[in-house]
Amino acid sequence: MSAELFLIPFLTGLACAIVLPVLGCYLRLRDEWLAALAYSHVAAAGALLALLAGVPPALGGLSMAALAGAGRRLFAQRLSGGASDALLLVGGWAITVLLAANAPMAERMGHALFDGQLYFSGSQELWPVAIGGVVALLALRALSSRLLLARVYPDLFRLRGLPAWPIQIGFDLMAALCLAMATMSLGVMGAFALVFIPPWLAFRRAANWRSGLRWSLAIGVVAYVAAFALALGLDQPFGPVLALLLVLVGLLVA
Amino acid sequence: MSGLLRAEQLVVGWQQPATQPLDLTVAAGEIVGLTGPNGVGKSTLLAAIAGRANVFSGRIEQRPGLRLGLLRQDVPPVVGMPLSGRELLALTGASPEGLPAWLADRLDVRLDKLSGGQRHYLALWAILQAPADLVLLDEPTNNLDVAGVAHLTEHLRDRAAAGAGILVVSHDTAFVEAVCDRVIGLRGHDVS
Repeated sequence: MSAELFLIPFLTGLACAIVLPVLGCYLRLRDEWLAALAYSHVAAAGALLALLAGVPPALGGLSMAALAGAGRRLFAQRLSGGASDALLLVGGWAITVLLAANAPMAERMGHALFDGQLYFSGSQELWPVAIGGVVALLALRALSSRLLLARVYPDLFRLRGLPAWPIQIGFDLMAALCLAMATMSLGVMGAFALVFIPPWLAFRRAANWRSGLRWSLAIGVVAYVAAFALALGLDQPFGPVLALLLVLVGLLVA
Repeated sequence: MSGLLRAEQLVVGWQQPATQPLDLTVAAGEIVGLTGPNGVGKSTLLAAIAGRANVFSGRIEQRPGLRLGLLRQDVPPVVGMPLSGRELLALTGASPEGLPAWLADRLDVRLDKLSGGQRHYLALWAILQAPADLVLLDEPTNNLDVAGVAHLTEHLRDRAAAGAGILVVSHDTAFVEAVCDRVIGLRGHDVS
């Protein structure tokens, strides 16, 4: 009974734990890891706005994150040095807290979004995360060499006339949507821990790019499974347990 | 030899003109050197040919369909990134064949675990061996020891003999004289 009860939440989180560490490697490659945290905060704000407007919160979260991902590039030149990500993060947080402070319904959901609500995931969360995850992994596989070339040899990338939009707006949009979906299940910090810590550890230890991706994926999945079992066994909220476990692993391995 | 690049009375810069008018041609199979003191605009000229810096007057003509390669002075941002030399070469489509022995057996090592000279040579090799008709090199001998400069000199000649045009900016007079077919000296107020 309990196994059936927790199967869908487990699979929903597992899909996130597979996609986020791989996505995080490319965010780290581009020095855009702060954008992940920004997208999560914007998605949380969007979900609360949607809730108050009578629209499904997931739709609001995804829409706001998508807007942030697609619009981020427009301000990239004026807001260089990560300023655009910092502004998105602070703005998203401020809107979320203000909405939660002024509407009891939004307050409950705000807590759920920041703490994580994985155990309440149903098939309406699982399928979008699973399908979106497969699409994101296929897209990353297809874009990988271009993302690397654009980072290492930007001049050669440009001189070869390769289209820039898939690795700029396309990548930003995909990252924003992945983070928004993960935030709805794992919570803001749970999602950020999975997108930041496994790639950070893998980049320190891996011998090459491919092994970096494999290490990041393995660390993310193992930490997720362990955190899921630990949180259930200790009857604790999942997001903070996952984050704490990854922090401990990070401190031990780094 | 056939012409790959022709520049006439070319004045380039970033926000404002930074060079004196320059006439320049590079043909297939030719190695041309650009020398001159710091600040005379050598790197800016390469950037303008590659379409990054602005052309304020004069003009640049390239052979239709010309494939360009450009190596800047700054080393690619690979510190902290798990990228091996073999993966770097694969990114640009460069072959590892012909690499000096002191690098060939280190291709599977992370780039940030190599010495500065080794890393620079691999970064240079990845551009030099990538498919291109005209290769622009900015200070390619930086960080290279004697063995590295000797290998580069020999390889540039092989690359030119295979039909590529090469435009080299360098302050290393001995290297430029050893490798270039023609050398253009840039000064602040005129060009010799």
